[in-house]
Amino acid sequence: MAAINKTQIDTSFTPVTYDPQYILMVNNLKKYFPIKGGMISRTVGHVKAVDGVTFNLKRGTTMGLVGESGCGKTTTGRTILRLSGEKTGGQVLFNGKEVYDLSAKEMREMRTKMQIIFQDPFSSLSPRLPVGEIIGEAVREHKLVASEEFDDYIDRIMDSCGLQPFHKDRYPHEFSGGQRQRICIARALALNPEFVVCDEPVSALDVSIQAQIINLLRELQEQYKLTYLFISHDLSVVEHISDSVGVMYLGNLVEYGTTEDIFRMPLHPYTEALLSAIPVPDPDAKMNRIVLEGSIPSPANPPKGCKFHTRCEKCMEVCKYAAPEWTEVEPNHFCACHLYNSADAQARANETMKAEMAAQ
Amino acid sequence: MAKKKAEGYLSARESRRISRENRKITNAYEKQRKRKNVPENEYLTTMRDPNNAVEFDNLHTYFFTDAGTVKAVDGVSFEVPIGKTVGVVGESGCGKSVTSLSLMQLLQRPQGQVVDGAIRLNLGDKAYDVTRTPNEVLQKLRGHYVSMIFQEPMTALNPVFRIGDQINEVIELHDGEGQSAEDIKKRTIGLLEMVGIANSEGVYSMFPHELSGGMRQRVVIAMALACNPKVIIADEPTTALDVTIQAQILDLLRQLKNRINSSIMFITHDLGVIAEMADYVVVMYAGRVVERGTAADIFHHPAHPYTIGLMASKPVVGKKIDKLYSIPGKVPNPINMPNYCYFKDRCEMCVDGCDGEYPCMISLSETHQVSCYRYYDGKEEK
Repeated sequence: MAAINKTQIDTSFTPVTYDPQYILMVNNLKKYFPIKGGMISRTVGHVKAVDGVTFNLKRGTTMGLVGESGCGKTTTGRTILRLSGEKTGGQVLFNGKEVYDLSAKEMREMRTKMQIIFQDPFSSLSPRLPVGEIIGEAVREHKLVASEEFDDYIDRIMDSCGLQPFHKDRYPHEFSGGQRQRICIARALALNPEFVVCDEPVSALDVSIQAQIINLLRELQEQYKLTYLFISHDLSVVEHISDSVGVMYLGNLVEYGTTEDIFRMPLHPYTEALLSAIPVPDPDAKMNRIVLEGSIPSPANPPKGCKFHTRCEKCMEVCKYAAPEWTEVEPNHFCACHLYNSADAQARANETMKAEMAAQ
Repeated sequence: MAKKKAEGYLSARESRRISRENRKITNAYEKQRKRKNVPENEYLTTMRDPNNAVEFDNLHTYFFTDAGTVKAVDGVSFEVPIGKTVGVVGESGCGKSVTSLSLMQLLQRPQGQVVDGAIRLNLGDKAYDVTRTPNEVLQKLRGHYVSMIFQEPMTALNPVFRIGDQINEVIELHDGEGQSAEDIKKRTIGLLEMVGIANSEGVYSMFPHELSGGMRQRVVIAMALACNPKVIIADEPTTALDVTIQAQILDLLRQLKNRINSSIMFITHDLGVIAEMADYVVVMYAGRVVERGTAADIFHHPAHPYTIGLMASKPVVGKKIDKLYSIPGKVPNPINMPNYCYFKDRCEMCVDGCDGEYPCMISLSETHQVSCYRYYDGKEEK
């Protein structure tokens, strides 16, 4: 199996070199899931869950990753952490080391540095373990603290996440949603990580509890100098917590920039539509909504050319044939759209279009 | 053994005793409900205001559980005017859904019972008090005059029946007299087109799992609208959907409401959605209405500390704040509610009077009412 996967690894990307100001460098990352079919379960196609994602994440900052469900946000997070098998292509440099080149032993050490907080606090905690064990299991496994200091260490972590020491002997079902999410956060932080993937940590919570958890995440970030990759579909939460934002559509990043840039001056038509769809809690607010027609196409059979062209308001002829290039439109503001092409990118796109049209 | 001392601990004997007593109470209610040939004058009433589609009047819905009585809805009063949308906001467990289920009389029986109060439903020529209406009459009302759009479109649709059959069933039951199967099919396809499904003939013979979340929610909406209901209850219809799909569904609901001129009771915890959809807003907390008014009243002049807290704890796009406000503490235990204001323990704006019993509703203006001691002086008590 592994041999088959090895041959499929896509090497068509220009490798990046390590820049110490970035804790995480993701370069053209791809992750395809095979679709099995037929009698001998041959691979009949691929679900292109992540199809070329590129971004760099600075130390101590938060990057928000937004998009509709099924666009590959979560898979991106998991692929970065090497949680879903082998990648299909691209690079993930964590502190300058390629995550997928590490041996099992090195990976084990690396795991303490990169952690994840899962979406649903109701299904991500083992119902059979007391909370102290849930939080402490990995600490003991990795021998991070001496056994005599173990209890104090767990108490300290729990305290910083707003849990009481007597909660240690209780089981997850005795806690409310907000408390459970605190346990999940404590479990991730107990390993003293540098980088945490927060996969929709507040989506399952009530508004007032959401605020508590968001505030907690920000306090912990300052205290422990953490770097977050914050995956969410709630744009107002992402705007509040992030320094930079990436917008995903069907396995691709379509726009990446600082929070200011994305929310004040969105470039990509998809970002514009997404922003205009946010309900504003003001009954007098003027509605100037771009309603996207239809829903997200299947990632197993994405549209040709620009993947967004089937729903785009500003769709041009070239969009139907040539995929747009990832360009830096303004300093540190990237976008993949033919509207913002440079002259030579435009020429390349036109050539592709002609070739495609001739082929038909 | 530490557990025995913990608050809320019940011995097995105690629990058995409660359960026995509950059975007595609920049996009495069920007996009342199961009577046959109830005379009409027992459940027909008159509306307080003929312009209202629904009136909730001091509704009490309790759940008799083995751990004690949960007062899920404890004295809720508000009106849904004809042709208007009323938004009900609150956190999970505040009784929003139970209020709507009481109107539909779809409570989990026999534990859940409406113990007091009335829900008056205006059908033009007749007005029903649904809490006293026998089941056979209710079956004719449900789905026909009052219908519900459920939160989770996947669980609301039956996975083993085709979409068309599921919508046909509603029409056959309520409006199908003298119509042929062909007519009903035509009407179903018309409904699917109305809710914006392009491939309506195809979707007619599909199963729910073949559709995406947004499409399923459209089907559920089509089913709810099948008989042109007078009242539509939308219980968090967009919570499970993406923002872009949410925008589509909200647009659709608004258009359809205007077309068939029905009233919508819109339940959600998203203040943004409420601001967009609702004409009137009801804020609930721990089974009671803490504030109600027009959308402008609630969003521009929130009066109750809970409403103010709720607004401040939601980040808003375009407003930069350093730290989100979070309401301290948590919702009181529904089995042992305090005998003072339920929000007092979490409130940061307490005044002297707060130690007294639960505050009653104070009118701030003609449309705006709040239940809080901060507004007692100078205002007449209602």
